[in-house]
Amino acid sequence: MEQLKPNYHVHYAPAKGFSQIDFKELWRYKDLIWLFVKRDFTVLYKQTILGPAWILINPLLTTLMYTVMFGTIASLSTDGVPQLPFYMAGTALWTFFSTSVNRVSNTFTANSGIFSKVYFPRLTMPISTMLSAAINFCVQFVLFAFIMAFYLIRGEVHPNWACLPLLIPVLLQVGLLGLACGVIVSSLTTRYRDLAVVVTFGVQLWMYATPVVYPLSMITSKPLRLALMLNPMTAPMESFRAILFGTGEVSVIGWVIAAVMTLVLLFIGASLFSKVEKTFVDTV
Amino acid sequence: MEQNSDIMIRVDGLKKQYRLGQIGGGTLRGDLQSWWARKRGKEDPNTKIGTDQRLIGQKFMALNGVSFTVKKGEAVGIIGSNGAGKSTLLKLLTHVTAPTEGTIDLYGRVASMLEVGTGFHPEMTGRENVYLNGAILGMTKEEIDAKMDDIIEFSEVRDFIDTPVKRYSSGMYVKLAFSVAAHLDSEIMIMDEVLAVGDMNFQNKCIAKMREIANQGRTILYVSHNMATVRTLCDRCMVLDQGRIIYSGDVEESINRYMQSEGSGGSTRLADIKRHGGATYDLKMLDIHLDSSQISASHPLRFRLHWSCKKAAAQVRLRFIVKYQSDDIVGLTYSTPICDAHPGEDREDAFEFPVNNLAPGKYHVDLLLFNADENGNRVNLDNVQYAFSMTVSPDPEDQTDFLFHDWIHKWMGHVKLPTIQVLHDE
Repeated sequence: MEQLKPNYHVHYAPAKGFSQIDFKELWRYKDLIWLFVKRDFTVLYKQTILGPAWILINPLLTTLMYTVMFGTIASLSTDGVPQLPFYMAGTALWTFFSTSVNRVSNTFTANSGIFSKVYFPRLTMPISTMLSAAINFCVQFVLFAFIMAFYLIRGEVHPNWACLPLLIPVLLQVGLLGLACGVIVSSLTTRYRDLAVVVTFGVQLWMYATPVVYPLSMITSKPLRLALMLNPMTAPMESFRAILFGTGEVSVIGWVIAAVMTLVLLFIGASLFSKVEKTFVDTV
Repeated sequence: MEQNSDIMIRVDGLKKQYRLGQIGGGTLRGDLQSWWARKRGKEDPNTKIGTDQRLIGQKFMALNGVSFTVKKGEAVGIIGSNGAGKSTLLKLLTHVTAPTEGTIDLYGRVASMLEVGTGFHPEMTGRENVYLNGAILGMTKEEIDAKMDDIIEFSEVRDFIDTPVKRYSSGMYVKLAFSVAAHLDSEIMIMDEVLAVGDMNFQNKCIAKMREIANQGRTILYVSHNMATVRTLCDRCMVLDQGRIIYSGDVEESINRYMQSEGSGGSTRLADIKRHGGATYDLKMLDIHLDSSQISASHPLRFRLHWSCKKAAAQVRLRFIVKYQSDDIVGLTYSTPICDAHPGEDREDAFEFPVNNLAPGKYHVDLLLFNADENGNRVNLDNVQYAFSMTVSPDPEDQTDFLFHDWIHKWMGHVKLPTIQVLHDE
């Protein structure tokens, strides 16, 4: 029997108002976060014929569809980048964001069974969901790298090699933004179930308000440009292309807006979540 | 506040309130509609027709001021009838939900075994599930690594540890799940009836393990309907009734108090008792009222069952599983068809159950409403475990019955078989 930690003490009191997220506790449960990620991955692909290939087939088909729809039929500009890598990069980054939002939104409703039996920091669930989405993104990125290599050899794309490490802050921002939006929605869905439907639809609309299938440079009207700049997904999307193809528009003001909005949304999400998590099992 | 270093759990003035009735529409649209209707002074379109407006938002105290302390190394049983607040108390102690009033102080890590196997995923192997379940219960990966061998050994499923648990028999599943929880390095263990799993051998092994844990200086809170395990496991008991502690102290005395508080006669509310699955729930049993307080061979059990119907069901019958207070199953019986139930119907039916064969003692009854589908298979429509209890007394009219007034169930069983007739050669 291990020695008792002498001063171990927890105190539970009625839930009142907003409280702080206990980051120390969350850190103690880091193994759990990782195990949830692993579980998501194993379970998702264990009994499918093509296994993990689905992570690749999905974006590949989407990319092909976009190439035909927006590239060939609508002939939207790609800033001179070959269409296939252009749409693929946009799809990959957007899928990372949208799956984070959509799946994190279901945190409370999908896990009410386990949440009502055992206590563990509730935040482990949304964080692990976001990380699963990040891993899927990495797999897709490998596929993308192969396609890029093909175009590189033909000399049709010119990545900004020096800026490659900047991908990390870009992905971090997208992940945190997805987490923040998802957590806000998940907290609200404990009371309003129909929000879940709105979210799937809203995220779809959001995609068209983000330069995913078109470059920002195509937008010339002033008010529309302003609206796009206020979208916290615009800056990472354009920076992502700037790094990979050397074509996007990166502006300091765009990044300030994106960063500030992400932090504000994260704060709102954390506050709502901490308020809801304590007693939500009574209402579900 | 005085600080006694021996105290592991201190609960002070704990209350938990739930709201009854329709609260919130559940959808944004519903809420806006209700709000708009109230604003114009009209009737809320989302109120169920016929509901008493006064009842909406009525409060229900699942726990109504509970205070106690538990010292280091004690094994304390918590007993009480259905709806007494046991599960709520455990939920608060394990931090699953927050109290409405009062405070809880825990001076040690808590491992909860409110339900074993939480988070087990059928597609993952036994080993993977041990890691996941262990982490959910608060272990780190290193801790699980260190105990993996013990866990597998205890669970008796070593040969299948790398097989997905969906291929396990339910017994293996439960054994593995129990093993994880039993190997937690916590100073406080909170358990809810989990021992009622696995085969007889494994149950005994579990109880032995629990004893061992208690002897190591850990503190145990055990909640159960099974008085036999409460006796073997606990040093002390608390009896909960209607959200309050009505007795705390000696185990035998507690069991007596509990039996009395649950005594024969009177009504039991079934609507609020948690269902554990295994039925369609097209019907719902709401209340049961026992008419007779004295039950014996010459005084059959008469009761009325109040139930409602959501979906039509033909030829509904009632089934009893009668258990002795130690949880031994005595037997099963069912009624003749009650009726064809129609949606929206609310019925109260009277029944009579002759107890000629039951030995004197206290019994629990599990209820089930069922019927048969067109292929002749049984369809469970609603089930309630430990729905009510009854005390069978020796028959006052039968003189010979008194010869067995002290019916010792351990040696004599729970059934008095039909009398042996002497055949006189004539």
